[in-house]
Amino acid sequence: MAKYFRLIDRNNFRSGNDYHSIHNLYDFWLLGIKLTDSVSSTIKIIGYYIGKVVTLLGFIQVIPLVTSLIYSEWSIVLSFSTSISISLFTGSLLIIFCNSEKNRRVDWSHGMIIAAFSWLLGMLLCAIPYYLSGNFLSYLDACFDVMSGLTTTGVVLIQDLDHVSNGINMWRHVLTYLGGQGMVVLALTFLVKSTSGSYKMYVGEAKDEQLLPNVINTAKAIWFISIVYLAVGTIVLWITGICIGLPVDRSFLHALWIFMAAWSTGGFAPQTQNILYYHSFWLEIITIVFFVIGSFNFTLHYALWNKNRKEILKNIEIQSMSVTLTALTLITFAGLIKLNVYPDFISMFRKGFYLLISGHTTTGFMTIYARQFFNEWGNVALFAVTVSMLIGGSACSTAGGFKGIRMGIIFKGFIRDIKRILLPESMVQVDKFHHIKDIKMEEKHLRSALLIVIAYILTFAIGTLAGLFFGYPLASSAFEAASVTGNVGLSIGITKASMPNTLKIIYITIMWIARLEFMSVFALITYIFFRKRRRWLH
Amino acid sequence: MAALKTIFVSVITAVMLLGGTATQEVTSTQLIEEAKAYDTKEIIYTGEVIGDIMQRGDHSWVNVSDGSNAIGVWILSDLVRDIKFTGRYKVKGDTVKVTGIFYRACKEHGGDMDIHASDIKILKQGYKISEATSIWQAVFTVLGLVLTILLSIHIFRKKL
Repeated sequence: MAKYFRLIDRNNFRSGNDYHSIHNLYDFWLLGIKLTDSVSSTIKIIGYYIGKVVTLLGFIQVIPLVTSLIYSEWSIVLSFSTSISISLFTGSLLIIFCNSEKNRRVDWSHGMIIAAFSWLLGMLLCAIPYYLSGNFLSYLDACFDVMSGLTTTGVVLIQDLDHVSNGINMWRHVLTYLGGQGMVVLALTFLVKSTSGSYKMYVGEAKDEQLLPNVINTAKAIWFISIVYLAVGTIVLWITGICIGLPVDRSFLHALWIFMAAWSTGGFAPQTQNILYYHSFWLEIITIVFFVIGSFNFTLHYALWNKNRKEILKNIEIQSMSVTLTALTLITFAGLIKLNVYPDFISMFRKGFYLLISGHTTTGFMTIYARQFFNEWGNVALFAVTVSMLIGGSACSTAGGFKGIRMGIIFKGFIRDIKRILLPESMVQVDKFHHIKDIKMEEKHLRSALLIVIAYILTFAIGTLAGLFFGYPLASSAFEAASVTGNVGLSIGITKASMPNTLKIIYITIMWIARLEFMSVFALITYIFFRKRRRWLH
Repeated sequence: MAALKTIFVSVITAVMLLGGTATQEVTSTQLIEEAKAYDTKEIIYTGEVIGDIMQRGDHSWVNVSDGSNAIGVWILSDLVRDIKFTGRYKVKGDTVKVTGIFYRACKEHGGDMDIHASDIKILKQGYKISEATSIWQAVFTVLGLVLTILLSIHIFRKKL
């Protein structure tokens, strides 16, 4: 596998060294978006690349279409055919009408807007087969589940999941797998030949680190890693499924879907009981392994595949996650023991630890019923899981949340400030953190980490407030808001089809903003606002 | 007086025995919302068998849904041999009435909320459901595909 990457670029491996780009991007955003092109030119540049992404989404739907054909699900075949034709038609129109600007330089504002708008339009188009399948009460509900899948959140509004077709189930899990790796990343891999502007779109999708110098090769490497794991993971889970009593064909489909959801830290499952459906200790252990690996930074995967095994011990994100996971596990266990929720250690592990790590990696797999959180867990354990969901997994991974690297940098910054107070003023201290290589910690690292964490906390506060406004208790509102903000998918029971439509829209917006780590969506909003203001001035 | 006393004690004992051990019919929502109240009690639970019957040694896991939630039922494999249909796409599963002990956090099964069934009765056999397809949707799809193919040819030829 390492040979594959060496073939892509033998001498110029540089990974993990673009962390400072976040800082530069924030400077760029704070200064305001530079818009020197005319409106039509900008729209055409954006439209052309969005057309490519939409076309890709049309092609991707062939996978569930074929699944439905194999299982003779004719109405679902028709739904996907309709959806494919609409997606390809829309994509083709955008490409045809916007191609005159395709050779123009894509700047940062374009890259950000392409990423943000692709996800919005993608949501609307990918919801078509959902809605046509009849498994959703409204188009809004279908859009909610698409955004939940693409952002690897995992909360659902689908009706009667236990009777859902294989085609729709395949689509649910393909969406979450696609969203985990990034749909713009996929479009870059297969549909964009030019590297011009690709990095800006790649960053717009909240992946700011390059595995390889060329962003298209980076995108290919991400997909290569994911597909190799998909093959291995599906086989492991397939065998496990057969051992726990699933029929061979069903076991294969469940294995494929569960792996996609685990690796993408998505949290979808083909049955309403989620992972509880299988009643299996071993399946739970295997899913833990896969979703933990899925929450790792792709640059870390790449380093490990290049036989840099020590990286796993030295990496700031792994260290940060180990500390927060240990601390939160102790708090969760203390809370559960205090209320005597589980009878023994094994139960505590399979429920308490499983749900905590599922939340921390932002997966959202569940081994209890949503209402059990509220009825049985108590405030201490709920607090620990809520915090774990907000912290999340690693940057440049499939996970959401603040991200381990930012927690690590903030913690190191905190220690550095304490040292400054205690040590003599004349003493010059140089702090470093290790992420693939030793990086000298500068103010810009701390500032950018704090900015993103503050943005997450504000989003979480808005989500909690929205829950309170619609009459849900504080603990429940905070838990569900943390789940959608961190793109987790654990639910305390608020997310259901009967919840208010306004709250559904708020949750969709939060999932979208948080998954793209704010920047692209802010760029889109700023662009619309800026343009409007300019029109008024003229 | 002694006879009256005997009758009174017998009636009280009978009421206590019958009332105290009477098996209650419950829904999944009741089990989840009032789990502590039903913990280790014998209950009757009715619903549709969904998904798969997963055999584990001489016992099997059967997940039974009453429409609101599905609850795992741990039962002797011999008792589920008569179940013909399990609920999935285009299939309505057998409706069963399960009698057994409910556990809020089962020690034997890693804290799962489940029912250890002693008896299962098939109330209604499941059946296959036919799909409904819309002719208008088919026409719309064919038109859409034709248009898309034409546009794709145009894009391909012009190398856009």
